[in-house]
Amino acid sequence: MATRTEAKRRQGSRLYAAVFVLPALVILGAFVLYPALKTIYDSFFGRFGEEFVGLDNYRQMFEFDRMRKAIFNSFLWTAIFPVLVTTVGLVLAVLADKIKWKTAFKLVLFLPIAIAVMSSGIIWRLVYDASPDLGLLNAAINVPASIVSPEGDYAGAVASLDTVIIGDDGSLSQPVEVGPEGAVSNIGLLRVPVEDISQSSVQAVILAPKQGTITGVVWRDTRPGADEKGVVEPEEVGLPGITVKLVSADGSPVGSATTGNDGSYEFEDVAPGTYQLEVNASVLQEAWGGVTWLGPSLVTPAAIIVGLWIWAGFALVVIGAGLASLDRAVLEAARVDGATEWQVFRRVTLPLLGPVLGVVFVTLTINALKMFDLIVGIAPGSVQDDANVIALEMWRTAFTGLGDRGLGSAIAVFLFVLILPIMALNLRRFRIEEGRR
Amino acid sequence: MTATTARAESASGGSGGGGRVQGWLRKRVVQIVLAVIALFWLVPGIGLFVTSLRPVESFGDNGWWSAFTHPAEFTLQNYSEFLGDAQLLRSVWNTVLIAVPATIFPVFLAAMAGYALAWIPFRGRDTLFLIVVAMLVVPLQMALIPAFQIFNFLSLTGIPAVWVFHTAFGLPFAVFLMRNYYAGLPDSLMEAARIDGASEWTIFSKIVLPLGWPALASLAIFQFTWTWNDLLVALVFAGNSRPFTVEIQNRLGEFSSGIGIIAPGVFIGAILPVAIFFAFQRYFEAGLLGGSVK
Repeated sequence: MATRTEAKRRQGSRLYAAVFVLPALVILGAFVLYPALKTIYDSFFGRFGEEFVGLDNYRQMFEFDRMRKAIFNSFLWTAIFPVLVTTVGLVLAVLADKIKWKTAFKLVLFLPIAIAVMSSGIIWRLVYDASPDLGLLNAAINVPASIVSPEGDYAGAVASLDTVIIGDDGSLSQPVEVGPEGAVSNIGLLRVPVEDISQSSVQAVILAPKQGTITGVVWRDTRPGADEKGVVEPEEVGLPGITVKLVSADGSPVGSATTGNDGSYEFEDVAPGTYQLEVNASVLQEAWGGVTWLGPSLVTPAAIIVGLWIWAGFALVVIGAGLASLDRAVLEAARVDGATEWQVFRRVTLPLLGPVLGVVFVTLTINALKMFDLIVGIAPGSVQDDANVIALEMWRTAFTGLGDRGLGSAIAVFLFVLILPIMALNLRRFRIEEGRR
Repeated sequence: MTATTARAESASGGSGGGGRVQGWLRKRVVQIVLAVIALFWLVPGIGLFVTSLRPVESFGDNGWWSAFTHPAEFTLQNYSEFLGDAQLLRSVWNTVLIAVPATIFPVFLAAMAGYALAWIPFRGRDTLFLIVVAMLVVPLQMALIPAFQIFNFLSLTGIPAVWVFHTAFGLPFAVFLMRNYYAGLPDSLMEAARIDGASEWTIFSKIVLPLGWPALASLAIFQFTWTWNDLLVALVFAGNSRPFTVEIQNRLGEFSSGIGIIAPGVFIGAILPVAIFFAFQRYFEAGLLGGSVK
């Protein structure tokens, strides 16, 4: 009697098992397993899946520039991103363990993971803007940069005549021959924006030579309409406040003067001979232009930093949980034995955290290989090719433009092959853990 | 007593009073460093928020931080433009239409499958679960093209296609998480119920489902955040029923002319997941840990 109910029960259980498992199984089979196998199959066929092409897609994959760049970038991501994020996560977890507001800190670092990865990319475009006026990062760098080499009063101006020699450092110099009746030496500047000219500035003067002096004007050598270069004309204003230096033929300084509102300067008691008139480079020094972070060469490292911003919280939380589950008594014992904090960390904490660090590292490696949304969000259209990664190229190949089903499938299979070792690792770990049960 | 003091001192990195001061100092430095890092982490988001409140005309002139010196410049113009854009509003609604069922389906299916895999013995069970574990890391790129064809064949397009695909690729993790959680429930509970003659369905609905609540919550929050924020799946399958991520991606081309409507879009799209994240932070964390560390 008992065995019969048992048998019935077993049969019932089997039926129940089917009812419970089948819906999930059918969906997994129809939309994961079958498509995955079909993708492998498709990868040996042409663009529209008709003719068999053998390994052509796999060959072609390594031959077109966009994909090669994508492979290179994915390699860069995989090499840098998991190590970087795991290390930062570990350091932060250890540090955060020492503070009282640990939970709040974790929450803040974890926050980016709640928002769309593409949105994070867009958020960081604001940080990375190439202009120091618009991009936060460049603006921050600009603070020390503008102290080291501040923008000149007439930034970006150039000399109007080729009698002016431009030094290696960007300074201007002009040879002056002083005869018995003195000399006039003018320096005209172009590309001086009106807003750079001081309010007090007036029409540049035309000076006659005066015995024993070198005199001249530094002026804005442009005016609307007919304009002759090198000649002081009406409507052309003097440029005040420029320090002009006089240097003798042997290179020794003779003196310096500052231009007035009409642009004029004057050196008195100058003996006849050859001199050099100089204007310091700092006057013409342009403001620092900023780094094009999202340009072709820097976009991938810049994106990896955004990746750190997004996933550091994940590493922090998981490693932090691992840290919390450590046996504090073991750590205490090491300390009592006289180990320094560093020794405790290096010899006890780190080995005990090994498995957790491994899990974090593996998860981040998969993330690095599957990176897609972040690149879409952060890379401006024109540098999308330079920021390209395998997962993005798969989508571009298969679903944009004409769409190449065969090649797209081959790229997907390639991505899968890169992830295979991780799958093997997962299965092994799982088997070991199940064995322990 | 003396032993405790000695231990406390050696823990703070030295011996004697000097060590204590040093330890205190070190703690202060750690506090400051972490506070600065936390600030760094917040700044980009604050930048976006402030940008979304500035007039588009000012975007080309100066950075968002200059808004603090000209507070009069703050405006809701971008938001009203967003709200006046039917397509954008529709896209947020589409995101809701996608994310809710795409969360409920896999969570429910995984709760059932997880129970069977943990507690109903049947032949091939372990192999089946092993296959699920293997599927955990299959990149969804492996299924995009054939799934696209299957959906076309079934005339299943737009949002329902997105549901099915999200369900399929959410299932391995969901089943994995639920099965492991259920497996941790005490043996005695199931046996007692079975001896009492409870059917599997009764055990599932009356005992396992309520007990598995924390895991279900974690899973649901995880899956919801994932489907809400997804770009790739929607890009391929959603067709004209674009969710907000795809809509914004579409408009990124106009980015160079200013991110006028994109900034509020990104912000609005982030409100719900961030709110959920704050409200259910514990579950969120638990789901994360359940997926990686057991």
